[in-house]
Amino acid sequence: MADFTSAFWNWFIIILVIAGIVALFAFNIVWSEPKWASSKKPQTMGHVWDGDLQELNNPLPRWWLNLFYITLIFSVIYLVLYPGLGKFSGVLGWSEVKQYDQQVTAANEQYGPLYEKYFREHIPALARDRQAMKTGERLFVTYCSICHGSDARGAPGFPNLHDGEWLHGGKPEQIEKTILDGRAAAMPPWGPTLGREGVFNVAEYVLSLDGRRVNETAARAGEATFKKICASCHGQDGKGNQALGAPDLTNDIWLYGGSQQTVIKSITEGRQGRMPAFKEFLGEAKVHLLAAYVYSLSQQGQQ
Amino acid sequence: MAMEQTYNYRVVRQFAVVTIIWGIVGMLVGVWIAAQLAWPVLNFDIPWLTFSRLRALHTNAVIFAFGGSALFATSYYVVQRTCHVRLFSDGLAAFTFWGWQLVIVAAAITLPLGITTTKEYAELEWPIDVLITVVWVAYAIVFFGTIAKRKVSHIYVANWFFGGFILTIAVLHVFNSLAYPVTFFKSYSIYAGVQDAMMEWWYGHNAVGFFLTAGFLGIMYYFIPKQANRPVYSYRLSVVHFWSLIFAYIWAGPHHLHYTALPDWTQSLGMVFSLILLAPSWGGMINGIMTLSGAWQKLRTDPILKFLIVSVSFYGMSTFEGPMMSIKTVNALSHYTDWTIGHVHSGALGWVAMVSIGAMYYLIPRLFGRQLHSIRLAEIHFWVSTIGIVLYISAMWISGVMQGLMWRAVNADGTLTYSFVESVEAMHPFYIVRLLGGVFFLAGMVIMAYNLWITIAGAKPIEARIPAPAH
Repeated sequence: MADFTSAFWNWFIIILVIAGIVALFAFNIVWSEPKWASSKKPQTMGHVWDGDLQELNNPLPRWWLNLFYITLIFSVIYLVLYPGLGKFSGVLGWSEVKQYDQQVTAANEQYGPLYEKYFREHIPALARDRQAMKTGERLFVTYCSICHGSDARGAPGFPNLHDGEWLHGGKPEQIEKTILDGRAAAMPPWGPTLGREGVFNVAEYVLSLDGRRVNETAARAGEATFKKICASCHGQDGKGNQALGAPDLTNDIWLYGGSQQTVIKSITEGRQGRMPAFKEFLGEAKVHLLAAYVYSLSQQGQQ
Repeated sequence: MAMEQTYNYRVVRQFAVVTIIWGIVGMLVGVWIAAQLAWPVLNFDIPWLTFSRLRALHTNAVIFAFGGSALFATSYYVVQRTCHVRLFSDGLAAFTFWGWQLVIVAAAITLPLGITTTKEYAELEWPIDVLITVVWVAYAIVFFGTIAKRKVSHIYVANWFFGGFILTIAVLHVFNSLAYPVTFFKSYSIYAGVQDAMMEWWYGHNAVGFFLTAGFLGIMYYFIPKQANRPVYSYRLSVVHFWSLIFAYIWAGPHHLHYTALPDWTQSLGMVFSLILLAPSWGGMINGIMTLSGAWQKLRTDPILKFLIVSVSFYGMSTFEGPMMSIKTVNALSHYTDWTIGHVHSGALGWVAMVSIGAMYYLIPRLFGRQLHSIRLAEIHFWVSTIGIVLYISAMWISGVMQGLMWRAVNADGTLTYSFVESVEAMHPFYIVRLLGGVFFLAGMVIMAYNLWITIAGAKPIEARIPAPAH
């Protein structure tokens, strides 16, 4: 244990604890009255404050004293069995890290085979296995719902997983890779380069791709900028590029919101979408099952 | 020399009156944020009114404004009357009053603005911390100065507890609040990581142990014998439980950090000393309740005594619950749940507020030379607040245990049975019951304020002559 920077602090703790417990024992014994005295009628201590405040000299209640001794004896036993006295790690050798490891190992032994079985199945087949999908859904609400929502319909900045629209691809192996390794999308801020008017024009053009009513002149000016700058990621036709995580801008599905104001904000300030990696945290087998669950959601959407 | 022959009641009166006012303010904020937990729209999307900011305002207001003012009022009253001398310095005493009010007002402004150190129960930023330190040193000078010039040789037991509380809070406040100031409104703790967490809970738990326990035991040791007109049950018990209480409490903080990055040995010591605390805590309860032996019939007719005795009973109950919750296996269930909130409030409402209320009913009429306007209203106050506490803590017990069980429930496939939001949904009805409990308790405070207002309306502050000590 590297909890102590020097042997001094180790002994400092040990001596203080032992001395403290011994002192509490001694203190109680000294102040508890001998048995012969306790049957006498209580007297006052002979001091008077503020007119009528006095103290009786009743003995320490026996049951209370015993309660005190029991907690002290328990403490001594506990500190022999468990860590507490400085570096001494206790007779049982218990530590919270060991307890955690044991519980994880036990859980893996108990539940591991089930997930191993699912891991060997292909995702499309797994997505039709109702039992497996129930487990997948429970994993989803535990680990994914905080961003994507319990119903997987997303929130501003967090994609809806039902709509069949994919930023990084909706094929089973693409979904699995997204969950395993995470994804990072980077929309750079264009405000400084394009200026307010330039951004407005591009926004109008982007909205026109979705059939919105826009300022025609602005949209025409924006189109030129779009083809020159934005098209390198979002494509000449604005249909996006899944290899880069660049969204399709023509389908009226909006990750950050489709109001004119929000689109202007996205272009001006840029967006940094982040999907965290779950490989290390959940392991490949659980991720496989989660991928099947997410895949099944998009399949429902298309039916 | 006329001044020397009377007690300084002025500062006691001031603190006693603001105790009632800050109590109502702090509990009103508590009721509001309880309502926000049940219906989050009640923050109206205004940053200053969000739970995160008002929660700190609530805790600071009830602990330091309400509880603190009650402690100042009672300790100044008790130390004078049991030492048979006027306060050491009227000027310094007045400074502690205005200084403490300034701290409270500064807290009420900065916390809703989001100016915070983020340390629980020590959220106030460094300039306010400095002011607290100055006021506290003045408080210590007034208190111990008065003890030093006492006319009776023995120091009354209530004063040990007040003294222990004043000294320890000074140490806790200074060392927990050590920070590098960056700007006037922002500082960073000098501790990092788990050491910061340990310092925080060393302070935090002893804010409970010394501010909310030792100080209020001082109140108990004066007002129960006085109101019951009976001698304190056992001098021996008061000696043993005082020294063992203050020795053991200072170790108990780590039980707030079970199963964290805190080293195992520290966690174990926190648990062990929390268990050892059971008997010292109950020593106080026994001494309070047994003082009434031979005068039990008074409980039937005297609402002030009801407040005092029920407060000590709640003290006994929550000091049993606390050690149990510090046991690692129990804590694994209770930690991070509403059970903790229920535990805190059985102490804060049941013990701290009830004993303060009892003391204020005793104190305020006497400070103005009047009889309490209505015993009946005090009786109603007692029942309304008792019902409020019971509603509050039973709702939090059920909701907390349910929360803990829902979080750990596992299906046959190893997945969690409930998602987090399902546990939140399940708590909703209990949040409404808790709110109701809070409304009851607040209503009781309003009844008290009305009763005391009628009592003292038009009354002239009185000057009490110092009687010769008995020998």
